[in-house]
Amino acid sequence: MRTIFYLIRKEFIQIFRDKFIGKAIFGVPIVQMLILVPAVTFEIKNVRLCIIDRDMTTESRELVNQLEGSTFFKVTFSTFSEQEANNLLHKGKCDLVLQIPMGFGKETGNGNPVRIMVSANAINAVNAQLSWAYLNGVIRDYNRNIMAENTSGGTLPPVPQVQVTSRYWYNELLNYKYYMLPGVLGILVLAIGFILAGLNLVKEKESGTIEQINVTPVKKVHFIIAKMVPFLIIGLIDLAVGLIIGKLAFNIPFEGSIAILFLGSAIFLVAVLGLALFISTFSSTQQQFMFTAFFFIIVFILMSGIFTPLESMPAWAQKFDLINPAAYVMRINRMVMLKGSTFQDISTEIYSLMLIAIVFTALAIWRYRKTA
Amino acid sequence: MQKIIEARGICKKFGKTQALKDISFEVSEGEIFGFIGPDGAGKTTLFRIIATLLIPDEGTMEVMGLDSVSGYRELRKNIGYMPGRFSLYQDLSVEENLNFYATVFGTTLKENYDLIADIYSHIEPFKKRLAGKLSGGMKQKLALSCALIHKPGLLILDEPTTGVDAVSRAEFWGMLRNLRQHNITIIVSTPYMDEAMKCDRVALIQAGRILSVNQPDKIREQFTRKLFSVQAPEKYKLIHALRSYPGTVTAYPFGDSVHVTFRSDEFDNSLYEYLRGMGITNVVIHETRAGIEDRFLELMEKGTTAIDRG
Repeated sequence: MRTIFYLIRKEFIQIFRDKFIGKAIFGVPIVQMLILVPAVTFEIKNVRLCIIDRDMTTESRELVNQLEGSTFFKVTFSTFSEQEANNLLHKGKCDLVLQIPMGFGKETGNGNPVRIMVSANAINAVNAQLSWAYLNGVIRDYNRNIMAENTSGGTLPPVPQVQVTSRYWYNELLNYKYYMLPGVLGILVLAIGFILAGLNLVKEKESGTIEQINVTPVKKVHFIIAKMVPFLIIGLIDLAVGLIIGKLAFNIPFEGSIAILFLGSAIFLVAVLGLALFISTFSSTQQQFMFTAFFFIIVFILMSGIFTPLESMPAWAQKFDLINPAAYVMRINRMVMLKGSTFQDISTEIYSLMLIAIVFTALAIWRYRKTA
Repeated sequence: MQKIIEARGICKKFGKTQALKDISFEVSEGEIFGFIGPDGAGKTTLFRIIATLLIPDEGTMEVMGLDSVSGYRELRKNIGYMPGRFSLYQDLSVEENLNFYATVFGTTLKENYDLIADIYSHIEPFKKRLAGKLSGGMKQKLALSCALIHKPGLLILDEPTTGVDAVSRAEFWGMLRNLRQHNITIIVSTPYMDEAMKCDRVALIQAGRILSVNQPDKIREQFTRKLFSVQAPEKYKLIHALRSYPGTVTAYPFGDSVHVTFRSDEFDNSLYEYLRGMGITNVVIHETRAGIEDRFLELMEKGTTAIDRG
């Protein structure tokens, strides 16, 4: 026991003696939270609209007014030439082109169906889809108004309708910051743990100090544990820093128990540290490790469900996520913070993560050789 | 006397490179045993096997009565290993390094202070300094202190004096001598032939084979021919001239002279004339005593595989 304590103490001395790392450990989470949380959002504002109004009637102007009235759209150009509009789209000066054909007002007045044309810049598929959906919403509203006007004369019987009223549970305002922040906390802990711990072990290999440790009676298990514990503690402190920033800067709601959140992240960290140390037993230089680590971190994050929901991924990707620790922590963080899930609610995630942590750590201990 | 190391038929291959071939030797308790050989001879590989860091492909290595492969756990408690490259934590201070290794071996600095006092006292004034900021000689003393902190029965020093100045080297060997009173067996490797004389026994090692094991003086005596030292102002030209002289067997540079052996074990005026013909004058020739290096070169020249034991 005394040996482990000394090994851990040695790691801490070394970490904080490095002037840069000592500061970066706490600087990184602060900066990461402040930058990533507000920046990574799917909310779309100010879609630049180009209008080709060939009709120029009250009806067409009303549609344009309704579009302009929403926060999503900004009419930046108005033209009569389709070519000019396409040019603007091509040059990236507008995102959406809306063409209102001649006779639009007259036909709607007569109660006949009309067609309008929308072209969207789909370089960014997400953007195009969302602005298309917003536009549809506005047009639907407009349609309803026309119908209301037409029926108000009393000549037609009222059409029975199913009214849909939606309510977004756990995040009523669909605030993307609330959605992203728990995920960013996961990324934060992942990056810190993975890179610091892995590099630490490889550095001992590079500088030859591991040779001197290997001839001592220190047990493999002790050595690996001593490499994990400091970064586990640092990771959890970073999580706390991240949560405080979330509260102070973004006023993030916290429905569940902080203890469960930390439990989830602690198990997640063990899994990540185990994998990092496992990889570092293969790498003989810091460069080799960084290259491999980068690969794993990117795959873990992009497939974790932080940006795209797991449910919309292909089946094989969902299978892969069974062993992706980041996918579990993403769910745990969101469920605990936004939904207030209890231990029972997320026990499957916790136990799965625990299994992954045990396997990765065991692999690291098994692969770490004191003799060549 | 008790045998501390008994190596029998040790072989080790790295890929296609035969690093060690059929290495056998014995080291007795309390000896300072030197391995002398050029870079790449296999010294470090051999030491790593003794230090339980490598497993030999063939042969057995018995260290302090334990097999280096199966008994590595016990062995590690009782050997001190100082790798050729400085392998302490550069970002820890002198004191922190010592305390760290003491704890790892389950002891304290206080407990074995008397053992390392002679060495540690040199660096104690700098105990707060980071190990990475020490000079070469001080690093070496710290490394030796750390290797000794748990009072090992066997000390393995891999080229401890490489890259250290002449004064520190002499000092270092003095410290090793003093360690004998604590009954610590030392094996040491060095590429410096002059250091061989300071060992009790040496093994000459070349290309993964042991050429000879004996006391340093005996090794010198085993030189088979008469050796002559030849001096002239232009050494480079002299070597070439001597090598082309028909009566010459070998001619190797040695300090500011050339060590030469002749077929007839003697030389006559024809040599002076030959050299004068090559434009070399002011030649001084006298018979000299062979050093370890001379014997080493002779063994290499013969390419002998016969192991002569002393």
